[in-house]
Amino acid sequence: MSNPSGLPSGNKSILVVGGGLSGMTSAIEAAEVGYETYIIEKQAYLGGRVAQLNQYFPKLCPPYCGLEINFRRIKTNPRIHYFTLSEVESVSGEAGNFDVKIKRTPRYVNDKCTACNDCVEVCPEERPNDFNFGMNKTKAIYLPHEMAFPMKYVIDSKYCKDNCSACVTACKYDAIEPDMKAKEMTLNVASIIYSTGWKPYDATKMDNLGMTPHNNIISNIMMERIAAPNGPTRGKLIRPTDQKEAKTIVFVQCAGSRDESHLPYCSSICCMASLKQTTYFRKQYPDSKIYIFYIDLRTPGKYEKFLSNVRKDENVVFIKGKVAKITEDPKTQNLIVEAENAITFQKVKVEADLVVLASGMESSLSGNGLSNLGIEANPEGFISPELQKDGIFSAGVAKAPVDVTTSIQDATGVALKAIQSMRRS
Amino acid sequence: MEKKQGVYICSGCGIGDSLDTEKMVNLAKEEFKVPVCKSHSFLCGEEGVKLIKDDMSSEGINTITIAACSPRVNTEIFNFASSDVILERANIREHVTWVQPPKDENTQMLGEDYLRMGIIRASKSDYPDLETTTENKSLMVVGGGITGLTSAFEAAETGYKVTLIEKGDQLGGFAKKLYKQLPMAYPYNKLEQPDIQDKVKQVESHSNIKVLLNAEIEKVSGMPGEFDVKVKANGSSEDMKVGAFVVATGWKPYDANKLDHLGYGKYSNVITNVQLEEMASKSNGKITRPSDGKEVKSVAFIQCAGSRDENHLPYCSSVCCMTSLKHASYVREMDSDAKAYIIYQDMITPAQHENLYKEVQKDEGIFLTKGDPGAITENSDKSITLEVKDSLLGGDIKLKVDLLVLATGMVPNSPDALKLDYRQGDELPTLNWGFTDSHYICFPYETQRTGIYTAGVTRQPMTMGQSAQDATGAALKAIQTLEMKGRGETVHPRSGDSSLPIINYNICTSCKRCTEECPFSALEENEQGGPIANPNRCRSCGICFGACPVRAINFKNYSMDMIASMIKGIEVPDEEEEKPRIVALFCENDAYPALDIAGINRLKINPYVRVIPVRCLGSVNVSWINDALNSGIDGILLGGCRYGEDYQCHFITGSELASKRMVNVKETLKSMMLEEERVQQVEVTLNDYDKIPQIINDFAETVTALEPNPFKGF
Repeated sequence: MSNPSGLPSGNKSILVVGGGLSGMTSAIEAAEVGYETYIIEKQAYLGGRVAQLNQYFPKLCPPYCGLEINFRRIKTNPRIHYFTLSEVESVSGEAGNFDVKIKRTPRYVNDKCTACNDCVEVCPEERPNDFNFGMNKTKAIYLPHEMAFPMKYVIDSKYCKDNCSACVTACKYDAIEPDMKAKEMTLNVASIIYSTGWKPYDATKMDNLGMTPHNNIISNIMMERIAAPNGPTRGKLIRPTDQKEAKTIVFVQCAGSRDESHLPYCSSICCMASLKQTTYFRKQYPDSKIYIFYIDLRTPGKYEKFLSNVRKDENVVFIKGKVAKITEDPKTQNLIVEAENAITFQKVKVEADLVVLASGMESSLSGNGLSNLGIEANPEGFISPELQKDGIFSAGVAKAPVDVTTSIQDATGVALKAIQSMRRS
Repeated sequence: MEKKQGVYICSGCGIGDSLDTEKMVNLAKEEFKVPVCKSHSFLCGEEGVKLIKDDMSSEGINTITIAACSPRVNTEIFNFASSDVILERANIREHVTWVQPPKDENTQMLGEDYLRMGIIRASKSDYPDLETTTENKSLMVVGGGITGLTSAFEAAETGYKVTLIEKGDQLGGFAKKLYKQLPMAYPYNKLEQPDIQDKVKQVESHSNIKVLLNAEIEKVSGMPGEFDVKVKANGSSEDMKVGAFVVATGWKPYDANKLDHLGYGKYSNVITNVQLEEMASKSNGKITRPSDGKEVKSVAFIQCAGSRDENHLPYCSSVCCMTSLKHASYVREMDSDAKAYIIYQDMITPAQHENLYKEVQKDEGIFLTKGDPGAITENSDKSITLEVKDSLLGGDIKLKVDLLVLATGMVPNSPDALKLDYRQGDELPTLNWGFTDSHYICFPYETQRTGIYTAGVTRQPMTMGQSAQDATGAALKAIQTLEMKGRGETVHPRSGDSSLPIINYNICTSCKRCTEECPFSALEENEQGGPIANPNRCRSCGICFGACPVRAINFKNYSMDMIASMIKGIEVPDEEEEKPRIVALFCENDAYPALDIAGINRLKINPYVRVIPVRCLGSVNVSWINDALNSGIDGILLGGCRYGEDYQCHFITGSELASKRMVNVKETLKSMMLEEERVQQVEVTLNDYDKIPQIINDFAETVTALEPNPFKGF
């Protein structure tokens, strides 16, 4: 280093809570400047929500592509340390000197795992695949998804029965440890970034929209899995109840968002997400017909171009109006969507094969106790920066409901704020 | 460094059941005279790793080929590469064992070819010399608005010296003209007093920041870490050295003179949102009619005036809805009897900005409706009548108002502020509508001019709050470039790589292809027109060497000879054996990992195809294709990223350049009397792993349908 203008003395480091794209970005960007960073991720893999997306708007490119580069940046940078299946239990101390107690859930598979898949071949038990929102199953021992990083298997021990040790016997590498115990560890770090992201708002809370686990009403994030080549239908756009090709589709915007009894804010991404999903259908089934019920089409900035392109498609009908009711025709399992057109004041009724609820984003930490974590959320559940104490930051959707690129932008800037805080202390 | 090779072949994960690894060990010994060759059943386990490490210390092995899983996994375990150890991986798990039938003759041949190519790669690779040339770790921030102020302040707070250049005679930019600003903190529903003066003071008083007013850049040359900047400030020129730039040159309002269909320029009481803001700011919130100076009793706002309009700005300017909500509040704050009408297309108040919208909706004096503006006329008392079609207030309506405000949008300022003395022009490259990079969703700070980052409305329309956030990210990236280049590493997307192009001037013909095609304008030209490398601008993609018709450019760890030798190392069976050979040059970022995922899914792949990862399709030199055809390879498949408007190539133009070079390839084929179909480029994204078998099979079928390459056996 010819002129170490900004780099730390001693072994101070930054902790990033959440290994989604936002958290990975903060950790990687700070590490590439020259700082030690730690990522704590609750899931068995890094990548977070975007790993579940089929394509990004507006470029319709696969999120795996950016994940691939970011994983490579992590693999080749010795300053980045990550822990999966880990959660923060408590935070004490102050800027420059936080002690963070971390709980590590057992994976039951150790680092010797080579991802050879022999264990899956012999595993007798199945579990609902949470990566695909329960729309298909995996074995009790499984690889979370094909791009999972780290590429290590994991056991969902709830589904193992009667001291079954089929996988232990099958594994040639001594990688399976049924007795693995939960562990605790403490990290001393100078600053903390919460990038805990979001969870899909539970669309079954909206009684009038009638979503159940057993009908053809799904959420937009489930839709991403159905469209994904590694999803439950291998990318074939079919509806859940009878695997029929879905050709008449209704999108219900603001399903939960902009609604005082649900999410009072706008979730920012759902308009573009539905427009994007519209293109999935229009590409796979040229004779498909799409109806989008909306309040406002929020496609700010350059996204407008995507909207204007979709508008040119005669088979996509935009109706300004809030959906009042969705009912199922028990014979056909089709859905009857009823709404009022806000411009013509006419009642509208559409019969659809599949209804996609553009359900919004809720902070992952909503409903959790936060005092142990050393953070404070605003009443909407987001970790507003002005409420946090010195040395603690939030980035991405943990801070506000924003899209992927804004999250990454934010995560990059927040990395600098965390570096500053570390240098001050 | 004297190389001593070691080859380690793993037989775990089914490899041993699929391939005869002992035969492969012998192959390495006999064909390549490799002194140490071993096979192990669990190479990534403790014992396997120890085996390699022991050989390194006891036998002096320093050039290692590991034939096992994909180089994309177990990277942290096989981490022996260092400044005196070379490590290459041959992917015989995902690309052979998992996609081929076991114990098949073709499978064995495939595995052996991958081993050959791995050994050749290792023997031809050298560790790059570290060049640390970052002399100057200061930043220059161009533009003194909210974005520039924030970048300068945040970088200075991190300990870096900053020079802030502002064209005008004061700092603060547009924010200084505001009467009130949009909410920046929860609950995001109350307008705030502008705090720009505080930010200006913070910057002016910061010991790490030097402010130059009335200043413009006359020329920038050099490269990150050592840019030479000529600045003209207050009439005199000064030469400065800086390390990196943040460009925050902001925006100008859309020219409302083009909006005469909305009455602008025709009627005195039709103004823009910018004019309204300035009026409110100057008069402390009093809003009057330009025609007679009377306080207004009613104001209408037309949203998207010139935005979201193919004839004007096709994009949404993002802030105008919130600005009009703010302006409507000014009207109501001034006079509780006054009325405000906002006519919008869609109310764009995403995320927490929804709260401001909700707050304004509570005000009974503010009427908000979707609608299309119709005829706009001036009445005898200079008031304006506005027709609105399809309103939510009951069909078509007419509004008579004292003042009509056009919510005009934002146009980015010209990207020419740096006056770059670069081979490829003095401006920063722009995407649609004059906005600068990035084009990538995952990498919003990607730049085509290394060490130069743009922020704020230069990049896309955004609010002040978003601009400040963006400015902080751009400051980090500028700092990061300085630190990485200081360590001799290149920046994203090959971050950490230290390899740089080495130019052989003895054979360079000064054809200028490399200087023209480098996506980062990293190469300048000498007097003869030959390339001059600017190592700190370089991103190590290899597009220059892909362009070179005389193989004059090489990297120590990625060379013309390396890939050519790998291709020539493939064993080509005689014609009679009816085993065609196809080389697939796959982009290592997308196509190559997609094939890995095909392997994880145990999809079956044509056994005649040998995949060679390349840094970018743009780094593929036509001479390799020549070499391949001359060695009897029957077909060559190039797999890379999407190109064109929605390009996904991480090196901007790499895959597009490859497609253009296919013209030369066709000529080569013609001159060799070979069919055009033998060489094909396909777009492969990572999500296409399920389609890869089909893509490869289709190509293999096309090639197999032709006569075998007549050059076999020559």
